Amino acid sequence: MHEFRFDPCRLPPEAETLRSEVRDFLSGALAEIPAVTRSQTWSGYDPAFSRKMGEMGWIGMTWPKQYGGHERSALERYVVLEEMLAAGAPVGAHWIGDRQSGPLLLRFGTEEQRQKILPKAAKGELLFCIGMSEPDSGSDLAATRTKAVCVDGGWLVNGTKLWTSNAHNAHYMIALFRTNFADDAKHTGLTQFLVDLSLPGITIRPIKDLTGNAHFNEVVFEDVLVPDNMMVGTEGNGWAQVTAELAYERSGPERYLSSYLLLGELVRELARRGDTSADAEVGRLVAHLVTLRQMSLSVAGLLEAGENPILEASVVKDLGALFEQDMPTIAHELAGVEPLLGQGSDYEQVQGFLTQASVSFSLRGGTREILRGIIARGLGLR
Amino acid sequence: MNEFRTLIGDTIERLLADHATKEVIQAAEEGVWPAALWQALEENGLTRLMASEERGGGGGNWGDAFILLTAQGRHAAPVPLAETLVATWLLDRAGLELPDGPLTLLTGLTGDGEKASAKVSAKVSGTAKNVPWGNQATHGVAIIGEGAHAHLALVPLAAAKKTNALNTAREPRVTCQFDAVTVTIAPVGQSGAMDLWGALMRSCLMAGGLQTLLKASVDYANERKQFGKPIGKFQAIQQQLAVLATQTAAAVAIAGHAAERASESDDVAFEIAVAKSRIDDAVNIATSISHQVHGAIGFTYEHTLHLTTRRLWSWRAEFGSGRDWAKRLGRETIERGGDALWTYVTAR
Repeated sequence: MHEFRFDPCRLPPEAETLRSEVRDFLSGALAEIPAVTRSQTWSGYDPAFSRKMGEMGWIGMTWPKQYGGHERSALERYVVLEEMLAAGAPVGAHWIGDRQSGPLLLRFGTEEQRQKILPKAAKGELLFCIGMSEPDSGSDLAATRTKAVCVDGGWLVNGTKLWTSNAHNAHYMIALFRTNFADDAKHTGLTQFLVDLSLPGITIRPIKDLTGNAHFNEVVFEDVLVPDNMMVGTEGNGWAQVTAELAYERSGPERYLSSYLLLGELVRELARRGDTSADAEVGRLVAHLVTLRQMSLSVAGLLEAGENPILEASVVKDLGALFEQDMPTIAHELAGVEPLLGQGSDYEQVQGFLTQASVSFSLRGGTREILRGIIARGLGLR
Repeated sequence: MNEFRTLIGDTIERLLADHATKEVIQAAEEGVWPAALWQALEENGLTRLMASEERGGGGGNWGDAFILLTAQGRHAAPVPLAETLVATWLLDRAGLELPDGPLTLLTGLTGDGEKASAKVSAKVSGTAKNVPWGNQATHGVAIIGEGAHAHLALVPLAAAKKTNALNTAREPRVTCQFDAVTVTIAPVGQSGAMDLWGALMRSCLMAGGLQTLLKASVDYANERKQFGKPIGKFQAIQQQLAVLATQTAAAVAIAGHAAERASESDDVAFEIAVAKSRIDDAVNIATSISHQVHGAIGFTYEHTLHLTTRRLWSWRAEFGSGRDWAKRLGRETIERGGDALWTYVTAR
């Protein structure tokens, strides 16, 4: 049975200095953005804001300077992220590149790919999406069928990726394609590619979600020729590479802070009403918030130390999704405001958006059931 | 983990494995004091871990105590180790005498004249309810007065009128009445109320108890066969055990965090309130899942699961329930206001 490790992690003094700089920046940069827009946090798309982040040196913070990075610690990066999320900064445009695609290219990319891509990504000018899910491959990621066949000059790709967030805005997709079709190559027949989304044969169709936003997409590949030099890592190693990213993908502060703005609104509303009947429930939310923050920080500490705490990350994401997903219902029970769209107070509108959006929090980035399956495997049950 | 913590961790694991056996725990439930267990803890210096080295203690802090307390929680050791650790820590800091033998913690008492900071004695009165191991401990410590006037009192329990009761784990909880009993006192500075340190102590014990529920439940799910395979192979069981694991992880993480902070500063009421409140939630979920997974066998006295769950049901209610602490947290949060919540949380 795996020993879950959540050692206390203390942020270094330089991280706290950085925190004040971030707060100063945000107090100006977010002044005109309404609360309901800010409540979209890391699904909020604002390329101008992302470029400003790049100018501040807050994208690719941990990457080597030779690739446009800033060689700061994972804990300093953590502070920037949590401040952005708690304030509701529209960080969605560069979020995927900073969290996943950049680190992936640093680890598995070619020198040419790194030099061509990373400096622009760190400036917030080059945006990524992740092509994993397909019509018949969701939680069962290894069922990926979009095929890349080796031809003269590269790989010929045919198939469809689904639920690809921000594909309609991104310049590149980190895509997982099937390159080996043998029955016994389910996990070993997958390969990652860096796909320029302007290539001929790619059709991107936004899909409207139940909130009325269209963040995710269907991306169809029809005889798309992806050059040889755009393979990421080695042929057949895609599954292992994707799995290596999961600790980064699942433990960050975005896994419990997605509804944070609603907690702030709820506290303001209860203070305004002079209502003391909800004290215990609010205290309970604060206790969960602080616990999740410490757990998420512990994982950041392990990542900083070069470990791959995939199980701990799954624990953070499962508990974090419960917290951020329960928030609209708890707020409804405690304050009972009408959730509104387009009009109304900040609280009514934030409640309106998050009541709808929160059902996705335990789906995106690995469903609750998949995460618990991973934890069960760690316990030695599977 | 540093060498000292590894050493005390190994020592207590060995001692408790040898001495806190099912037979010893079940005998304690019938009122048999586990003398060999207590003696082993004393002889190895563990009961005095939190007293200073000058006074023959281990010089340990709360982070070190976390190691012993989680071990006690894991083994359901039926002795007032936790209470003795905290009592000696408080006595030592206040410069009071460290009596031999098991000690305990008292709440609900008032004293006369403790406002004079030079005083060395006071008369205490009142009823300390449900004192853990109040029949076995020679002395209890109480914090009387508040704020700058708070004093620590070393209270001989022989002077009390006692009413015996048992908690759900059949450990003694003794209501002690005092009528103007003369006790030695000393200022405790900013140590705060006894509930605070009791809540941290119980939080660490509960974190350890939850670790045992998780391990026992996973082991049982791997052994018990139904429908031709171990029940742990069924997804319905796996999903439940995963939840048990996440709740256990949260409890261990936040208890460890609060203990580390208490090692650095006395300004830890926020962290302790967070821990006691969060762990209460974890206990409610985890006790339920572990019994569900164990089925009927876990409901028998013969099985050992309940040695832990019955302790958790007692500990979650002591030194302020999770809800009591959550109310405090919530009130403070609402009074600080929505804008201040994030700055406060990150400044802690």
